[in-house]
Amino acid sequence: MTPIRPLRPQRPVGIVGYGAYIPRYRLPAEEIRRIWSQGKGGLPVQEKAVPGLDEDTFTIALEAARNALARAGIAPEDLRAVWVGSESHPYAVKPTGTLVAEALGATPHVQAGDWEFACKAGTEAMVAALGLVGSGMADYALAIGADTAQGRPGDALEYTAAAGGAAFVLGPAQDALAVIEATYSYVTDTPDFWRREHQRYPSHGQRFTGEPAYFHHITHAARALLEALDLEPGDFAYAVFHQPNAKFPQRVAKMLGFKPEQIAPGLLVPRIGNTYSGSALVGLTAVLDIAQPGERIFVTSFGSGAGSDAMVLTVTEAIEARRDRAPRTEDYIARRTVIDYGLYVRYRGKLNK
Amino acid sequence: MEVPRHWRLKKQRYALVGEVCPSCGAKLFPPRDVCPVCKAEAKTLYTFSGRGEVLAFTTVTQPPAEFADQAPYVVALVRLEEGPTLTAQLTDLGDETPYIGMPVEMVTRRLRTDQGERGVIVYGYKFRPRLQPAPA
Ligand SMILES: [Zn+2]
Repeated sequence: MTPIRPLRPQRPVGIVGYGAYIPRYRLPAEEIRRIWSQGKGGLPVQEKAVPGLDEDTFTIALEAARNALARAGIAPEDLRAVWVGSESHPYAVKPTGTLVAEALGATPHVQAGDWEFACKAGTEAMVAALGLVGSGMADYALAIGADTAQGRPGDALEYTAAAGGAAFVLGPAQDALAVIEATYSYVTDTPDFWRREHQRYPSHGQRFTGEPAYFHHITHAARALLEALDLEPGDFAYAVFHQPNAKFPQRVAKMLGFKPEQIAPGLLVPRIGNTYSGSALVGLTAVLDIAQPGERIFVTSFGSGAGSDAMVLTVTEAIEARRDRAPRTEDYIARRTVIDYGLYVRYRGKLNK
Repeated sequence: MEVPRHWRLKKQRYALVGEVCPSCGAKLFPPRDVCPVCKAEAKTLYTFSGRGEVLAFTTVTQPPAEFADQAPYVVALVRLEEGPTLTAQLTDLGDETPYIGMPVEMVTRRLRTDQGERGVIVYGYKFRPRLQPAPA
């Protein structure tokens, strides 16, 4: 067996600024159950965040990015990359990254593009940004995970498919509010979930979604990174896992030896649903909103197809001064307007076309 | 086909980029290159904070065809904290009723699509009620 080698940059890199965005509208899971299963059966979440009529992955990515840039305190022209991970880019051809870069004022001397890897497209963009900054070729790179996920009406995914996003400015560690110690990714070809070209809604291979996909990839990525860095769950103040529903991240945390109180602050899925590319990353923003200097954070994403990115971060003193330069994730979660299934059908464009 | 026009207007539409007069300091939006106060040439770009308040508003129930998807919606006259006033749609009102003096902030949203599902998506500024800190 090949020895496991985590990714570590040549020069130390960290998160210089972070930001989140969650839309205002909420659809209670009970409301979906009322429509599709006569009000019977268990619910995977309490409610999910629904975007307004004028929102999409670009507008979500942009607000998260503006918050990240405000916290970083750097000029937009200093960004050398604007990368957006999503499975719901507004255009099939025309990168969301170009729109975000332009609206931020980061154009034209910049890399820009989109990443796709189901729910781990955002962490994939972060690992790429880690490489760009860590090699010394660039000082700052912006990585975003954002989605406006759709489930087929009546499908199990409709309860959880939500909208939201998170953005991270990566830069030199001496300038960081959290240093990225190392990352490790674990990827296989697993047919758990997919969407073919021109199809509006995704399909999923029922028997593949749990054990061989989510649990297999997260535990392999997480255990390998912990072992390589000689760390244990007890060395971390917080852990955040991809959250497609409330049960999976709690079970995988337990399998790995993390305690409920370590995952609680970043476990947002019961209140906002699964924000796909934003899922683990929005959880990370909520943790950074409360973390103290010196505390360690463990993050592992999961994307269908399938793969996981595990990441170890250590919070620095810089967090104190930057935290309040932008809204906290909880500010967006607390601002909520409940809608019914009828309004949801209109907001998500399920009526016409 | 309005693609070239959308492209020219993108900076002012995406991010409220206007101008500041180098002689008297007046902030200009939309950018017009000549200061309306002192008539000096004013070409220095200035990005507005996006914060402002509602001066007047009306609800549009019978919109032009390209905005029909979003009707009914509220259009407001907003005074930016730097001085200029502009007309824009209010968004994310949720269950809030707009009022004169309502504090708002700029967000970038979908305005409409040009030529329906095949055309470019036109994004630009709107205003929403200012986000409040969550109760502790
Ligand atoms: Zn002047």
